[in-house]
Amino acid sequence: MNSRMVEIWVGIFVAAGAAALFMLAMKVSNLSSYSNDEGYTVTARFEDASGLKVRSPVSMAGVRIGRVTGISFDKHSLEAVVTMRIEKNYDTLPSGTSASIYTAGLLGEKYIGLEPGSGASDCDDALLAELEGKKSAGNENKECKEEVLKDGTELKLTQGSMVLEKLIGQFVSRFLSEGDADKEKKK
Amino acid sequence: MSNWLQSLGMACLGAFERLGRASILFVQILSGLPSLFGRVSLVVYQIYSVGVLSLVIIIVSGLFVGMVLGLQGYNTLVDFGAEESLGVVVALGLVRELGPVVTALLFAGRAGSALTAEIGLMKATEQLSAMEMMAIDPIRRVLAPRFLAGVIAMPLLAAIFSAVGVIGGYFVGVGMVGVDDGAFWSQMQDAVDMYDDIYNGVIKSMVFGVVVTWIAIFEGNDAIPTSEGVSRATTRTVVYSSLAVLGLDFVLTALMFGEI
Amino acid sequence: MQNNDDIIIKVRNLSFARGNRVIFDDIDLDIKRGSVTGIMGPSGTGKTTLLRLIGGQLQPTAGTVEVDGECVQQLNRSELYRLRKRMGMLFQNGALLTDMNVFDNVAFPLREHTQLPEQIIRDLVLMKLESVGLRGARKLMPSELSGGMARRVALARAIALDPMMIMYDEPFTGQDPISMGVLVRLIRLLNDALGLTSIIVSHDIQETLSIADDVYLLSGGKVVGHGTTEELNNSKSEWAQQFLKGLPDGPVPFHYSAADYADDLLAGVDDKPAAGEAV
Repeated sequence: MNSRMVEIWVGIFVAAGAAALFMLAMKVSNLSSYSNDEGYTVTARFEDASGLKVRSPVSMAGVRIGRVTGISFDKHSLEAVVTMRIEKNYDTLPSGTSASIYTAGLLGEKYIGLEPGSGASDCDDALLAELEGKKSAGNENKECKEEVLKDGTELKLTQGSMVLEKLIGQFVSRFLSEGDADKEKKK
Repeated sequence: MSNWLQSLGMACLGAFERLGRASILFVQILSGLPSLFGRVSLVVYQIYSVGVLSLVIIIVSGLFVGMVLGLQGYNTLVDFGAEESLGVVVALGLVRELGPVVTALLFAGRAGSALTAEIGLMKATEQLSAMEMMAIDPIRRVLAPRFLAGVIAMPLLAAIFSAVGVIGGYFVGVGMVGVDDGAFWSQMQDAVDMYDDIYNGVIKSMVFGVVVTWIAIFEGNDAIPTSEGVSRATTRTVVYSSLAVLGLDFVLTALMFGEI
Repeated sequence: MQNNDDIIIKVRNLSFARGNRVIFDDIDLDIKRGSVTGIMGPSGTGKTTLLRLIGGQLQPTAGTVEVDGECVQQLNRSELYRLRKRMGMLFQNGALLTDMNVFDNVAFPLREHTQLPEQIIRDLVLMKLESVGLRGARKLMPSELSGGMARRVALARAIALDPMMIMYDEPFTGQDPISMGVLVRLIRLLNDALGLTSIIVSHDIQETLSIADDVYLLSGGKVVGHGTTEELNNSKSEWAQQFLKGLPDGPVPFHYSAADYADDLLAGVDDKPAAGEAV
């Protein structure tokens, strides 16, 4: 085995190893769906964020548009503060968007679902003005541009995780109390 | 009774002595690594003998391990109607555990034993002594390039193993038992994380590479220079490095994936 | 720093023990510059150990070894390595590197220690190989060489860096008469032509005596005889006579120390069963 063959083989070996790593990165893992770190961060407060994890998906209309980047606890309001990064190209979400924590399937992992809601917009002012009959010049040409989510916005409308035990507990206690009420009636 | 205790004590002392010698050798090898910058060809040659020559066994085993995972995973998942998750099972199993661990075990058997035997025989035939008398440090000239080559080759071999394994799982899952092609890949991509799974798998295999190569080189260098001594050292390399890989795997897994 | 002292190696009060076994017990040796010195003794008297002590591969329990004015035991690593470049050593089986051919083996110390261009290295290697008569064998691998050829290649390698001295570890063992004769002649020839100092550790009496200027006899960790060949042949020492003439019995007994023969036979069975079943 002369040294040139050795070098060629080692070259092939290293290339194969690099190709395998590349395949693992691009084809097997979620690296290809990373749109690196660009995007903007919004926060939301939840009463209950149980089951949610860092890197959980954030989706809208069933399409993943970002990920959870941090979960912390606000000791004053006693709420969970969830920060999430929304990808850069989804920059037209209205500021009235609401966030809820859902479960994918019955036993699947938790994710945040965003639902569009009308945001406060310049049009509201314009509309009000119109209603009040105070037609001010320059307002006609102004496009009704809705306010959109920006870096650092906080989502106001939220709904926390549904905890299965709590739901069942509520259901059972209601069932029991109804049963008690029925008994009372019969008496 | 006292005899028995005595021999136990002797065995303990012997084990500590060997551990100490191994650690000293490790430090000496590490301090010999910088001198390799000007001697790339030495390392290339060793990558050939530990890496390229292990390639066949790694590819074949990876393919079969992946195929078995595909088949077994399918048989279990189909009961829950979750056969679409086959890609996840195959990929996570390979990338997190089987890739690094099985590669390290095969590496210990294929390259580690060869390293020990080679170094042990070089010692037995006085080649290492002769180098010392020629004022050439055998640790720098012989041991350090082999160590570096093992550490470089191991993650590459593990990556090849995992990639080939995924292909094997794909072959069985999609080609033979009929899992949907798109679901196989998309579920896999959804569940396998670049940092959590793949980076950690690579780090694991690097650690295994260091440990297996270190044990192999130490056993060779520490072998009694007779044919029996070399054969015992070779056996010890395979046994100790397999045990070290499995034990370390638990520790590393607990550190990386566990929430202990 | 060439030392023009007449004595190149001074061994003073050297003691060395391996575990409880004393190998050298307070010995003194002087080796003259330019001479061929034979160090002889029965197997197991630590002749090879002596070479390793001189080369600094082992540390003595007591005493000093001075090579060319430098005390080997007090040198640090880099000084020791610098000194070793001026020492050649020929190992018992040649100790050629098995993964390279004859040419690369001889070129090995040159490539490791010098930055010479490949053309000059080639010339030097061919010169060294020519001097041992194996220029034509430069493409062979060590496994293709006979024992005598391997030793000659190792000799070429040992002189590659033009050392001031060469230590031969049992150069004649297991050689047929022709290659033995070749080696004997080569050692003397190289010593005189290159101005070397040679130390031959051996138990081959005739060959060593035929070329040695000076001979030391070692036994039981002591120097038991010293002198030129004639002096030793005429020596009164019973031990020297037994060793040089190869008599089976004498101060060195034929029998390994054992219990009385008759008692042993009558004792019947040894304590432990024979190792027969393990085989």
